[in-house]
Amino acid sequence: MTKQVTLTIDGKQTTVPEGTLVVDAAKTVGIDIPVFCYHPKMEPVGMCRMCLVEVGRPVIDRATNQVVMENGQPKIQFLPKLETACTNKVEDGMVVLTQSEKAKAGQKSTLEFLLTSHPLDCPVCDKGGECPLQNLTMAHGPGQSRFLYDEKMHLAKHVPLGELIWLDRERCIQCARCIRFQDEIAGESVLGFDERGRSTQIVSISDPGFDSVFSGNTTDICPVGALTTADFRFGARPWELQASASICTQCPVGCNTTLNTRREAKEDGEIVVKRVMPRQNEEVNEIWLCDKGRFAHHYTESKVRLTKPMVRKEDKLAKVSWKTALDLAGEKLGEAKAKSVVLASGRLSNEDLFNLKALADGLGAQAILYSDMGGGDLVAQVGMTQGSNLGALGKGDAIVVIASDLYEEAPIWWLRVKQAAERGATLIVANPRATKLDRFATFSVRYAYGDEIKTVQNLGRKSKIGDAFAKANNAVIFFGSEGLGLNGSTNLAAACAKLLEETGHIGKPNNGLIGVWQRVNDQGAWEIGFQPEADLATALKGKVVYVVGADPTGDDPALAKALNGAKFVIAQDILETATTEIADVVLPAQAYNEREGTYTSGERRVQRFYPAVPVTGEARPDFVITAQVAKQAGVIMEGISVSIAFDILAASVKSFEDLNYAKLAEVKEQWPQVGRSELYYGGTTYENKQGLGVQLISGAQRGETVSLPKVQKETALRPKEKELLAVPINKLYDRGLTVSPAELLDQRVGEATVALHPTAAENLGLKAGQRVKISFDGVSGEAVVKLDESISTGVALVPRSMGIAIREPALAKVK
Amino acid sequence: MSYVVLRHRDIPGIDKLDVYEKNGGFAAWKKVVTGMKPEDVTKTVKDSGLRGRGGAGFPTGMKWSFMDNKNWPHYVVANADESEPGTFKDREIMEKNPFQFLEGLAIASYAVGANVSYVYLRGEFWPVAAILDEKIAEMEKAGYLGNKLFGTEYSLKIFTHLGAGAYICGEESAMLESLEGKRGQPRVRPPFPAAVGLFGKPTLINNVETFTNVPMILSNGADWYKGMGTADSAGVKVFSLSGRVRKPGNYELPFGTTFRQLIYEHGGGILEGRPVKAIMPAGASSSLIVVDDKTLDMQMDYATVRTLGADLGSASVIILDDTISIDWVINKTIHFFRHESCGKCTPCREGTYWMQTIADRMKHGQATSDDVDLLRNVALQMRGKCLCPLGDFSTMAVVTGIERFPQDFKLPVKA
Repeated sequence: MTKQVTLTIDGKQTTVPEGTLVVDAAKTVGIDIPVFCYHPKMEPVGMCRMCLVEVGRPVIDRATNQVVMENGQPKIQFLPKLETACTNKVEDGMVVLTQSEKAKAGQKSTLEFLLTSHPLDCPVCDKGGECPLQNLTMAHGPGQSRFLYDEKMHLAKHVPLGELIWLDRERCIQCARCIRFQDEIAGESVLGFDERGRSTQIVSISDPGFDSVFSGNTTDICPVGALTTADFRFGARPWELQASASICTQCPVGCNTTLNTRREAKEDGEIVVKRVMPRQNEEVNEIWLCDKGRFAHHYTESKVRLTKPMVRKEDKLAKVSWKTALDLAGEKLGEAKAKSVVLASGRLSNEDLFNLKALADGLGAQAILYSDMGGGDLVAQVGMTQGSNLGALGKGDAIVVIASDLYEEAPIWWLRVKQAAERGATLIVANPRATKLDRFATFSVRYAYGDEIKTVQNLGRKSKIGDAFAKANNAVIFFGSEGLGLNGSTNLAAACAKLLEETGHIGKPNNGLIGVWQRVNDQGAWEIGFQPEADLATALKGKVVYVVGADPTGDDPALAKALNGAKFVIAQDILETATTEIADVVLPAQAYNEREGTYTSGERRVQRFYPAVPVTGEARPDFVITAQVAKQAGVIMEGISVSIAFDILAASVKSFEDLNYAKLAEVKEQWPQVGRSELYYGGTTYENKQGLGVQLISGAQRGETVSLPKVQKETALRPKEKELLAVPINKLYDRGLTVSPAELLDQRVGEATVALHPTAAENLGLKAGQRVKISFDGVSGEAVVKLDESISTGVALVPRSMGIAIREPALAKVK
Repeated sequence: MSYVVLRHRDIPGIDKLDVYEKNGGFAAWKKVVTGMKPEDVTKTVKDSGLRGRGGAGFPTGMKWSFMDNKNWPHYVVANADESEPGTFKDREIMEKNPFQFLEGLAIASYAVGANVSYVYLRGEFWPVAAILDEKIAEMEKAGYLGNKLFGTEYSLKIFTHLGAGAYICGEESAMLESLEGKRGQPRVRPPFPAAVGLFGKPTLINNVETFTNVPMILSNGADWYKGMGTADSAGVKVFSLSGRVRKPGNYELPFGTTFRQLIYEHGGGILEGRPVKAIMPAGASSSLIVVDDKTLDMQMDYATVRTLGADLGSASVIILDDTISIDWVINKTIHFFRHESCGKCTPCREGTYWMQTIADRMKHGQATSDDVDLLRNVALQMRGKCLCPLGDFSTMAVVTGIERFPQDFKLPVKA
């Protein structure tokens, strides 16, 4: 255990671990020492000089090595100069004065110096109202300026660091928090200082500007209004905003968020989401968010939101009453019984999926998860279990990331894995091409697309890497769907699960399998009993299809054809899609921010989200619609209270046993303290008061017999002459329905690309940037050539959800 | 007297290897590597009473003994950033007596167990760096640098490195940052370089002049060196004399020489025979000493100069006569520090800028007596709060100028 040190701060005694900084020790006894440059998540630099305090130490008699006593008290010798509380570590017997005349004078003088070059444009500043500099000025600032207003430096106020983040150079106080965030936390040094002295300014040193998917976080920790997001700047005053707890829906990490909303004149008086802020959950996203989570939220305000139920009449969709639509849908399903299919995606909540599964079960119909990735049933058995925290992994532990580009697929996991590696965990990154995680990897393993299983099996053999994994105290495997379709990923999951089982890394906290899913609640769907279907086209043919939260028609021409061959299509979604266009019944659903529910993250944490904005049109929550449809079809389920629906789910699904909404809403003290009155400490991240969620206990930990499928032998496709193996990869900013309505991200989404090895491109007579046609399996599309030296010459990388329907590896021609 | 540091003034051509060797060059180096334990080398330097010549005057031997011996490798860096206005001694040493400097650096490297050492030069010193590179190559060829020196297990490489022209890089931690390829900005201390220095490893940093004293100390013994100078400040010092004197230049004199001797015996007195008004003994970062007959007879050593309310620093003695108004002086120093402030910490970045606005108003006749008080107050407010000494340095002339020469700051009272 770390040695404990006892010191006195403003007369209050506190005992903290050795190595704690004075500023943090003060927090433990409720003393806020003002800071600007210090941030509890970053190394101290002592630049801003705001946290000046008096530091005294007991006088030691050199002869006896004993503390000199004076009137029964240890004699304290104070240092002649003020010290920065953020750079001084605690010592036994230390005495700190934060409120002495000298200390206060020091803090005041720093504040006065900062204000000499600050524009004090609080009335028009986005940060006004939640600004550390403003708050400290109000509390301690001088009433009058001794600095002549006419001598203020005037600097550029609208400097784009990239298209997402803007810099106001006048407001910047050169604390370097943003630079240090990028260096230390994001590991992407894309910001820096230029010039020196009073001319010091923040600049972006990347092309494109501020090239990091974590850029938005710098606006949270900026202690002034210097950095603002293109999304929120000039958007609202912080005190006008309402705050609602939510969960980010963009990937399976399940970042805790707060949605800030306001009634908006230019939105016809509607209440809309003004910005997405991180909400602290140290075991999930800490106090960070990726830019996709922060900026892609606009899809819920899309102009093509469904507002009223519709029914096909004479080949046209006509708006009808809920009763008409529900009656028709229920009647068709009730008639078809087992000849119906429920096709749902991981965009839905646990409650929605549970009701849909109950409906399918009641009808004797198939419940299909709309996904091209398998293995979630294995994750339920040998995945992360209660008490797990990626933040606890470090020296002696091992993490494998295979067939996934975490930076593009789940940025906050990338961050957490990187940090674990920096704490000393063995990081094994296995991918057929170079990814940003390689830089932090202990071992980078390159394999050919199609050799995934062999690669995992090699990790199980005796070798330097194999031993590092086998002997790890804790081991986690992230598996993804890069270069794989449903069969390939299912098989990969089986191989990974087997390796974990053989090395004893299952059934205990901080061990197990994590699926890097494409949707927020894919894992929840698996836990509830949904499974993807390999031959989806056949499964849909001639059936009454109830498709929820998915757009097969828009995604893939083959599925569009299959759905055309269905007997009857009931489509339930929040947006108009190609599928709702061809449906016979269309049911409008509420977006996640209009209702309550829960999602299950890839780490198997069940977390609640809450309503933030009023309902759009006549939309209803998915679980309610399903219950109402089911009732017409003769199947009864909870269709009013979401918490009761969850209770029934918990009573029926083993892994959810004993969970309820109250438990999911429990919170505990988290470090660092954020989001309170002392905004200058942690930034504007919200404190979590609405629930940290609960992790599901894995099958292996519950003591159930783990039954893993046999790992199949790989049968890789071999390209013939003039053919390439087209493989799907995943891209963060894609053209998915939940991204494209956010115009802000257009530049980052870019065009559809196909990545080739430079030699392969040369052989085909192609150059980077050239527009080509790629065709495979009856699919063809246009894309721009990109070069990637890290891949083999026989492959072409095609990003998913960029307009070219690629669901699994295929032999392709590029022209 | 014969020179210790500026030996080229006694021995023409000492910058040639054969001449240097003929005059005892590298004898100390060979003796040290082949016959002395590192700790004995440090002890000799400690016993000699040699103090750092860069400005702070810290006992050199003691600094060498602070190196963390649990953490390896060790580095030695020679601070050749010489940027204090009024200081120009290191340049002469490196240009004219380069081998003695390099030999001293080598001996220090041996004493602290470093196998790689650096000479960090200010960017403008590129011709000096070219000379040093040449001399280092000659030493390597002659077997004074390189692997397994003199048949022992000890190896040493010396590299030169040019800065990009920033005053702050003379501050040791900023120099290390710059040497590592980063922005030249100071680090928070502690930890000190002896514990966490270059590339995070224990590092010894001394001034060029400090190193140049070392070979002679090893050759002639600690007592010989201690025999020169005063009890407080042993040995000789190169005084860079400038300002209103007839013969500005470098003067190597024992500590304890009086200001009067330096100015009148060596510097040829004041131009036009005017009286001395003020002395800045440590360049632009110096406090201003009020000069009368008594002051002129004060000894130049660390302790005595302190009794005059100033520091000897690197002994860049700037002489001001009665033609100079002190408000002009502080305007110059403020402009210098405003220009050189690195911008890392608030009080210095904002304070130097603020002081400049006030000083310029004074210069242009737009100020009142209140502004004089404000200027002094801003300067005092910066003191003791900055990340590195530069901030405090920038206030020295300002505060002492206003306090000690009030007649030069008589401004109209605000209407």
